[in-house]
Amino acid sequence: MNVAEVLGRKEVILQDSTGIDYAGYAHRGFGVDYEALMGCTGYNLDQVFQIQRGMGVGGTPLVELTNLTALVRRYAEPGKGARLFIKDEAANPSGSFKDRRASLPVHYAKHRGYPGVLAATSGNYGAAVACQAAKCSLPVIVVQEAFDSRGLGQPEILEKGRRCAAFGAEVMQLSVGPELFAVALATLEETGYFNGSLYTPFAVQGVETLGYELAEQTKAQTGKYPRMVMVTHAGGGNVTGTARGLRRAGAGNTEIVGVSVDLSGLHMASDSDFNRKSFTTGHTGFGIPFASWPDRSDVPFNAARSLRYLDSYCTVTQGEVFYITEALAQLEGLERGPAGNTSLAAACVLAADLDQDEVVVVQETEYTGAGKHPTAQLALARSLGIEITLGPRNLDKPGERIAIPENWQQLGVTPVDLDQLRRSYLRRAAAQQGTFSTADLDFVAEDLNTKRQWVEEQLHSIGEEDG
Amino acid sequence: MSKKTQWQWVEIERVLLTPQQRADHIPDDTKAVPLTMRAAGFLLDASAAPGDKARIQTPAGRVWEGTLLHRCVQPSHGFGAFLPELQAVGPKLRRALKGDAKQ
Repeated sequence: MNVAEVLGRKEVILQDSTGIDYAGYAHRGFGVDYEALMGCTGYNLDQVFQIQRGMGVGGTPLVELTNLTALVRRYAEPGKGARLFIKDEAANPSGSFKDRRASLPVHYAKHRGYPGVLAATSGNYGAAVACQAAKCSLPVIVVQEAFDSRGLGQPEILEKGRRCAAFGAEVMQLSVGPELFAVALATLEETGYFNGSLYTPFAVQGVETLGYELAEQTKAQTGKYPRMVMVTHAGGGNVTGTARGLRRAGAGNTEIVGVSVDLSGLHMASDSDFNRKSFTTGHTGFGIPFASWPDRSDVPFNAARSLRYLDSYCTVTQGEVFYITEALAQLEGLERGPAGNTSLAAACVLAADLDQDEVVVVQETEYTGAGKHPTAQLALARSLGIEITLGPRNLDKPGERIAIPENWQQLGVTPVDLDQLRRSYLRRAAAQQGTFSTADLDFVAEDLNTKRQWVEEQLHSIGEEDG
Repeated sequence: MSKKTQWQWVEIERVLLTPQQRADHIPDDTKAVPLTMRAAGFLLDASAAPGDKARIQTPAGRVWEGTLLHRCVQPSHGFGAFLPELQAVGPKLRRALKGDAKQ
């Protein structure tokens, strides 16, 4: 395979394999007609619900976390400590909310006569695609980055790969490297399969039902919409789909809080850093770059655009997520995987600042098991010389030390400045575009969920900095 | 599936890109090693032993050739050993819930 040659054919391969004419939605200057692009699937929300119900997807329970709420209140100021709920997405057929994300790509591929579906993913999404494609009798190829140059596999990725294979997928497990994208493109070209990218409008629209259900369930169970919805954030699809669904349900005032595990300092494309990460997704290695430049994804224009929807964003440590994973199992009887527990860790902190009649919803759980369990990750970390210690979050240093809190009061969050991410987006946009028309500025302001005046001021200051 | 298929589920490894063929803008440690792939499927060359070149047919029906790694594939991931740092979390929090000041 010649990487440069394959990448040179990227546009044609992507158009053929998604059936989406991205260029047709592009503005003359910068950006696209986003809502028109999102509508290209041709499905309305009722149809999405119907397709998902037919596959056994969705309708997951919203569970009140009474004991965790009691703990929050025990250490909060008097009168403080919002009610905590969690949407048990592990109840979906393949064990995560990714079934919602996979439902439309698989449905579309089947009905358009594609011979199969390809998904490039760390795993849960691949498992979801494979799960639903199995029911539709469509073959699946999953491409995942799975092991380092010594052949050592990341346990969670191995588990997710095992699950893909259990549903009958061919799993191409690759060593570390961004050339995975070129491998996926070449495979799409060879097979003519549908590109089940995580970042098409199909994939993102499927998540809208999660936000919609969550809003209705919260209203039914508490009489109000949530004050905050906590979303584990990586590539942006979870944030985007959930927020859009909440808005459709009428919960437009609900605050959308993104949460990622802090993996700062570890390089995402480094062979030697690969297994020093105890989390394979929902971490800052995806969350920060994808927020500040969503179009680094594997499609010409990413439908998942977190800065459009995030009201705030914070990070938690690896040790805190392991701690809260134990707490959820032992106090609430829910043994669940790392993805949802990332935003749960932050929810337990932020709920303490809210009044007791407020409601905070963690919008997902995922299945757990071999490879995904904290002990599997910590055993690998320890074998690689990473120190495991008890103590506060400031001791945690990704790749060197994992600090598991000694007590509840040691839980915390680190806020991420969204304006800094917006400026990073603008710097990249300015390098790409040069001058911006009024229409360009309007698109950027909408894409960053900010005022046009702020965009103009920032572009001006970036221009001065660059001299 | 051809008549020769033994329905033996095996794993092969092959090099997709040598270090010289790798992309330009990747970290040095990654660029120094090949991009390799592992895939599992049904063995098409019944007599192949680990270390031999062998062909497999994958569940998607594709045929790959590579070095045979295992004739009997077994997941290498598990749960890891119990850790005292984690085992203590539940009991301490239950104590805290009951109102004991010490967690």
